[in-house]
Amino acid sequence: MPVFDLATTPLREFHRALHSVREGENEAFEVLNPRGAHSVAVGAMAPVHVEVRGSVGYYCAGMNEAAEITVHGSAGPGVAENMMSGRVTVKGNASQYAGATGRGGLLVIEGDAASRCGISMKGIEIVVKGSIGHMSAFMAQKGAMAVLGDAGEALGDSLYEARLYVRGSVKSLGADCIEKEMRAEHVAQLSDLLARAGVEADPASFRRYGSARKLYHFNVDHAGDY
Amino acid sequence: MSYDNPPTFPRKSATFDDYTLSEIRRAAATGIYDIRGGGAKRKVPHFDDLLFLGASISRYPLEGYREACNTAVTLGDRFASKPIHLKIPITIAGMSFGSLSGQAKEALGRGATIAGTSTTTGDGGMTEEERGHSELLVYQYLPSRYGMNPRDLRRADAIEVVVGQGAKPGGGGMLLGQKISERVAGMRDLPEGIDQRSACRHPDWTGPDDLEIKIGELREITGWEKPIYVKVGGSRPYYDVALAVKSGADVVVLDGMQGGTAATQEVFIEHVGLPTLACIRPAVQALQDLGMHRKVQLIMSGGIRNGADVAKAMALGADAVSIGTAALVALGDNDPRWEAEYRALGTTAGAYDDWHAGQDPAGITTQDPELAARLDPVAAGRRLANYLAVMTLEAQTIARACGKSDLRNLEPEDLCALTMEAAAMARVPLAGTSWIPGGGGF
Repeated sequence: MPVFDLATTPLREFHRALHSVREGENEAFEVLNPRGAHSVAVGAMAPVHVEVRGSVGYYCAGMNEAAEITVHGSAGPGVAENMMSGRVTVKGNASQYAGATGRGGLLVIEGDAASRCGISMKGIEIVVKGSIGHMSAFMAQKGAMAVLGDAGEALGDSLYEARLYVRGSVKSLGADCIEKEMRAEHVAQLSDLLARAGVEADPASFRRYGSARKLYHFNVDHAGDY
Repeated sequence: MSYDNPPTFPRKSATFDDYTLSEIRRAAATGIYDIRGGGAKRKVPHFDDLLFLGASISRYPLEGYREACNTAVTLGDRFASKPIHLKIPITIAGMSFGSLSGQAKEALGRGATIAGTSTTTGDGGMTEEERGHSELLVYQYLPSRYGMNPRDLRRADAIEVVVGQGAKPGGGGMLLGQKISERVAGMRDLPEGIDQRSACRHPDWTGPDDLEIKIGELREITGWEKPIYVKVGGSRPYYDVALAVKSGADVVVLDGMQGGTAATQEVFIEHVGLPTLACIRPAVQALQDLGMHRKVQLIMSGGIRNGADVAKAMALGADAVSIGTAALVALGDNDPRWEAEYRALGTTAGAYDDWHAGQDPAGITTQDPELAARLDPVAAGRRLANYLAVMTLEAQTIARACGKSDLRNLEPEDLCALTMEAAAMARVPLAGTSWIPGGGGF
């Protein structure tokens, strides 16, 4: 397994190696001493494994395609932003904007996630074992988020079609976000999501939140809701 | 009527003019603000308020039909390993697929490629039409991130991080449901037929320190090959340009309030932002203060219409200009040939600005297949190329008359202003005087 020690090796060298791997080439990388570096393991394009030993700064695993990336520490803002596919696991906590605009793949945060987790998500799946901060899933379009802990203020503000599952308390719901019935299809979806995330929890203990769809077409009578 | 009791003419208020009255009635009837496309329509100080002095005894002109005047410009050689080389300093501004038809995007790509310049994507992502027909394509990285993916990022020739635009600095956007076709909805990961809001802020960064990190991420993902532009609306150009440079931009795009939008509130377009003319000198001053003028290139946009505008913007210090509205007109937007249909929509050729409504008779700002089919992308692309060629020839004509062998050799000293306002904004003397009003900072 190629090892890149960022204490002695420029990030660019690691990315050259990461980006040169093509689909079908089974590679694994280990990154040592990230020491809060930004943009670690961004732009992967193949199903490689990357183990990052330590905490990272902004945008770790940004725009990931196909790779499985594990951060053995905490992640700064925008971890797995705009992820296309693959899997990113953060063993510690994640700062704000985790999984922002993600289009696919699975993001698992074993600790807590700060504000705006899943902002503008467009198909990604996010599982947070701890709690999430305020304004999470703001303008979330597609995909699913499961939170085993609590959600902060204004969950799902201006939500589109993303599905939100929260086991703990929700401090408040954002504009156009409502609690919805947990039907069999949702239990099935959540069961599958939790299983893939390696989380043992009873899907029936979660509540589902989604869009009321009142803001889908501008209506002056709803102007106060914006 | 009699001599003893003479009538006065009916007198309309200058404050409550006909347009204002009509807008009050419209607002009262509908309960919603007016949304339209385009840029500011109000009269503001502009390039028409400047004149070139030309050459005479104290300046030596170049022969118009014999001596060369370079128009080529390289953009993005500060950090990018593959900068953009343009044959002409006039680029095509970002306009989205969704707002524009696929045929219109193709036509823009065709015209730009013939002319040797770049075109730009917009909100909604990159289409095959424009990538396939654009030799040089700038990929916009917008707050909504609609259609954004790393594959398109890598196949772009440059990346433009859009912070704002001149028509609505500080504002987001709304593409109304009637233009959200199945294809547009699919590219944006949203249901068909619903209003689609474009955010006013990026979802994963705030402020110049974050922007620097974001630019670093984009460079790492694309191997430090692509020039990275930062586009801002005309608001506080001195500070915004300085912060864009600090954040690591290779190129700054600065858009004045005459720059167009696909759909924004009329009140926003007309009442927020700075005229293009007022933006250039503070921006150039910021670059000069940082020792980065010509090292970080400045692209100006917002109301560029002809070669004189190009030459004036460059004389004030821009490295290139960008056109949007003018390019659409060259394709066929607001053409009088569709006057009967414009009338049916309650407007007239030259005034049609309901670009958000999707009923464009010219087939440009629409997703209606029948309307869009009216635009022949090959012929429209040719018209755009012709227009770009004329603008370039006009700018060269002026530059040679000023004794300049390169458009970028034009300088403020070549200009004078017709009004005090323009003199103050452009920082050139009022015509016939050596007086430059204003001063004392921005």
